[in-house]
Amino acid sequence: MQIFQWINDALLKMTWLSDGVQWVVENVFKLSIDERLGGSIHFFLYDVIKIFILLSVLIFTVSYIQSFFPPERTRKILGHYKGVTANLLGALLGTITPFCSCSSIPLFIGFTSAGLPLGVTFSFLISSPLVDLASVILLASIFNWKIAMAYVVFGVVLAVAGGTFISMLHMEDQIEEFVFQSPLLEMDQETMTKRDRIKYAIEQVNEIVHKVWIYVLAGVAIGAAIHNWIPQDIITLILGKDNWFSVPLATLVGIPMYADIFGTLPIAEALVVKGVGIGTALSFMMAVTALSLPSIIMLKNVVKTKLLVIFVGFVTIGIILIGYLFNAFGYLLF
Amino acid sequence: MIIKILGSGCSNCMRLEASAKVAIEKMGIPAEIVKVTNMKEIAQYGVMRTPALVVDEKVVSFGKVLSPDEVVELLQKA
Repeated sequence: MQIFQWINDALLKMTWLSDGVQWVVENVFKLSIDERLGGSIHFFLYDVIKIFILLSVLIFTVSYIQSFFPPERTRKILGHYKGVTANLLGALLGTITPFCSCSSIPLFIGFTSAGLPLGVTFSFLISSPLVDLASVILLASIFNWKIAMAYVVFGVVLAVAGGTFISMLHMEDQIEEFVFQSPLLEMDQETMTKRDRIKYAIEQVNEIVHKVWIYVLAGVAIGAAIHNWIPQDIITLILGKDNWFSVPLATLVGIPMYADIFGTLPIAEALVVKGVGIGTALSFMMAVTALSLPSIIMLKNVVKTKLLVIFVGFVTIGIILIGYLFNAFGYLLF
Repeated sequence: MIIKILGSGCSNCMRLEASAKVAIEKMGIPAEIVKVTNMKEIAQYGVMRTPALVVDEKVVSFGKVLSPDEVVELLQKA
């Protein structure tokens, strides 16, 4: 077990980095990390460096795996299954299919016009931004493995439940007509060599770091502010464990926001340190990643209002329920 | 030659457009670049991943931000 502890501390929590940054804060800035300013600088530098190191390594690894599962292949695999199995598979493949939020609509059209059931497509669409391999490992780094695994399980359950629910309602008439009439592009998939995959993985690292760095910096800055500048009383008053409305509040605030999960993690981390329930923090993260104003507006292009409202409503309620569950039973995970 | 860039206008699409512009200049061919951002129109090409590159109504690449050289290669083939 000791070796696992070491791996966890050295590679995921990077205790050496925390110590190194502490040394810098104390000897270069001449500040104590127990003071506000020193503490903020420590939180900011340590979190930014840690997240960028983990992000690069993780995205490389995850992209390499993902290069085996392009959406065209996922679509083919999903076509072979039916019922809840298809929903579950859709949710699971959603976690590993490379996916950029700007591709969500073409993907939706591609799945639907290929004849995949609407519910399966929605299972995929819910889990894809919500449960991402890289973010899971980051969660383990910031909290612990039990929380990361619980997050995955609940994320997948939400995706399966959402998709199944939409299947049951038979809302095919809620899809814009042109979606069904769109042609399928049958293009020969070039087979990738190992070198292609490595090249692809490196490109993904560049691209994603390029895209998310601003969210990470903003997220860590907000985290540092919460950590050291906002009085604990105020935070617990609004978002404390004893407040029944803390979970819905965190969820509703998170929904319209468009940010990357890597940017929301440091905020969640600081909130938990300040005594906010783990469920409240996770609800906030899930709401930010699963739903956002830009993605809802995009979805409006292909889906009619009634289905859109049901989709957003179901996911919102699901996230709130998950938040309450984690707040009630979260102590089992620490 | 008409080159279309399919994509909702995210940063990747703009990067692909920039590559295409450089490629055309390099090759010195008369070509027009058209950006297609409308979802309905993009759907007509059947691509599932944007940005996509369409040369004279034929999809030649999708889901990739190509470098100018890669665009040149595809244009020569087309």
